[in-house]
Amino acid sequence: MIKSFQKHYHLMLLPGMILLVIFHFIPMFGVVIAFQDFNIGLGLKSPWIGLENFTYLFQIRDSRVIFFNTIFISTGKIIAGIMVPVTFAVLLNELRNALFKRWVQTVVYLPHFLSWVILAGVMIDMLSLDGIVNRAIEAFGGEKIMFLASNAWFPWILIGSDTWKDFGFGAIVYLAALAGIDPTLYEAADIDGASRFQKMRYITLPSLVPTILLLSTLSIGNILNAGFDQIFNLYNPVVYPSGDVIDTYVYRVGLVQAQFGFATAVGLLKSLIGFVLIVISYRLAYRYANYRIF
Amino acid sequence: MVEDRTLPSRLWNGFLIVLMILISFMSLAPIIHTAAVSLSNMSAAAGGWVTFWPIGFNIESYRKIIDDPNFMNAFMVSVRRVLLGGTINFVLTVMMAYPLSRSPKEFTARNYYMWFVLFTMLFSGGIIPLYLVVKHLGLFNTLWALVLPGAVPVFNVILLMNFFRNLPKELSEAGLIDGAGPWYMLMRIFIPLSLPALATVTLFSVVGHWNAFFDGLIYMRSEENYPLQTFIQQLMVQLPPEYLDSTNAELLEKMSNKTLNAAKIMVSMIPILLVYPFLQRYFIHGIMLGSVKE
Repeated sequence: MIKSFQKHYHLMLLPGMILLVIFHFIPMFGVVIAFQDFNIGLGLKSPWIGLENFTYLFQIRDSRVIFFNTIFISTGKIIAGIMVPVTFAVLLNELRNALFKRWVQTVVYLPHFLSWVILAGVMIDMLSLDGIVNRAIEAFGGEKIMFLASNAWFPWILIGSDTWKDFGFGAIVYLAALAGIDPTLYEAADIDGASRFQKMRYITLPSLVPTILLLSTLSIGNILNAGFDQIFNLYNPVVYPSGDVIDTYVYRVGLVQAQFGFATAVGLLKSLIGFVLIVISYRLAYRYANYRIF
Repeated sequence: MVEDRTLPSRLWNGFLIVLMILISFMSLAPIIHTAAVSLSNMSAAAGGWVTFWPIGFNIESYRKIIDDPNFMNAFMVSVRRVLLGGTINFVLTVMMAYPLSRSPKEFTARNYYMWFVLFTMLFSGGIIPLYLVVKHLGLFNTLWALVLPGAVPVFNVILLMNFFRNLPKELSEAGLIDGAGPWYMLMRIFIPLSLPALATVTLFSVVGHWNAFFDGLIYMRSEENYPLQTFIQQLMVQLPPEYLDSTNAELLEKMSNKTLNAAKIMVSMIPILLVYPFLQRYFIHGIMLGSVKE
């Protein structure tokens, strides 16, 4: 350790630390708002009502709906978000032409970098009554569907479009794992006369299982985040029963209707549950896959 | 390399190539469709006849955009935000990642800082306390509200920190022998060696700033301060045509100009589309570089 270096290290960290304290640490004290009947005029001196916000939360019918929607949509995204990238990665890996593979990857990673505002604009146009999808349905003799106003379709549209957007990017990890498989395993299989399918079934897929398990475990911690940006830009009051999730509800009730105390309470509950889930999932990942982030 | 030249194998290969081309097309299809709509004439677009090629090619909608001061203004707000926010993110990420990458022997207080940083990543006060903090700091309606809360991109800091850790010890030791202090080491040794990781981190930060719409929505009080995505979100995504009734005739007229909307979407996508191919080859490598090596 070099004494004279210490103060320089502290100095390097200083600006960032100040900003973290202001914008991440201090807001944490704001959780007291969850226990108050918050009034913006009175600020933090608003009347204290203890757990009333929370009991109210458990009474209203809305909470069951948003909680169910959040879990349903999230789980759907997690499952599709693993199956599609894995399949894509395994299939892409089978190809031999490196240049073609690179080209496909470039194209397929692109949607991940577009914002949901943009994509929602595109989707609203494509799924509208006069949009390309309904025209195609009509061409096949079907009847037009108002996709974004249908509670039956909406969750699946959310899951499907999210998968479309991120499957390429999600495949990066699996492609890296596939590249790391020992080639001598394949050579040994060749000597034993294995077909391509057998090689896939007995070497490729089993080698991916640890990565798949790891990523699904880590997603558990995130299950209460159903994707605010996407849902906010695609939803409308008609589909609240199937599409309203915790974050969108907190936004409407908290920022739009200014029920700060109640919304903070919901947010706090979500953070607590989320935290417990993250700790559990990281513990599991550490135990079974030796995974550490630092 | 031994290649499998049997007929079933080559059929499978051919099938895979076709499949991959289809998947690539699917990833691009919505974008191509939107581009086609933006270049078509208004009635064809409104009728939903445009698929992937413009009907009645014209660039009227793009002309209208350039003449629309509100749109161009929002565009410039986003540009300023990306430049300011991206720079701040970059400087802070580098300045924080370096000390944190030093071992506790070299930097005695390292672990305390690390725990704090992780703490802010796991816990958060929620949007409402953050909203109130930003309000009390008087940042409403300024560019700083978009740039300061997210000034420290903790995930990127950890990514870069891991990368720094994986650089050979010999480098810093050689620097020490030659009398380098921490700043010199950071600027003249570590940064030049980290270009792929820096490119990755910059790409994520820039894309994040360009695509952000929600902070613009809650912190800005007047339309002239809206960044581009928020501007688009307010205009288009809020009220899709089918949900309006005839009382909103003027609004309806604005909205149903599908060509204009499509052109606005394309213009917002352009910076990402331009930057992406250049940085793409860095970030695949860069993401995996940030992982912990055993």
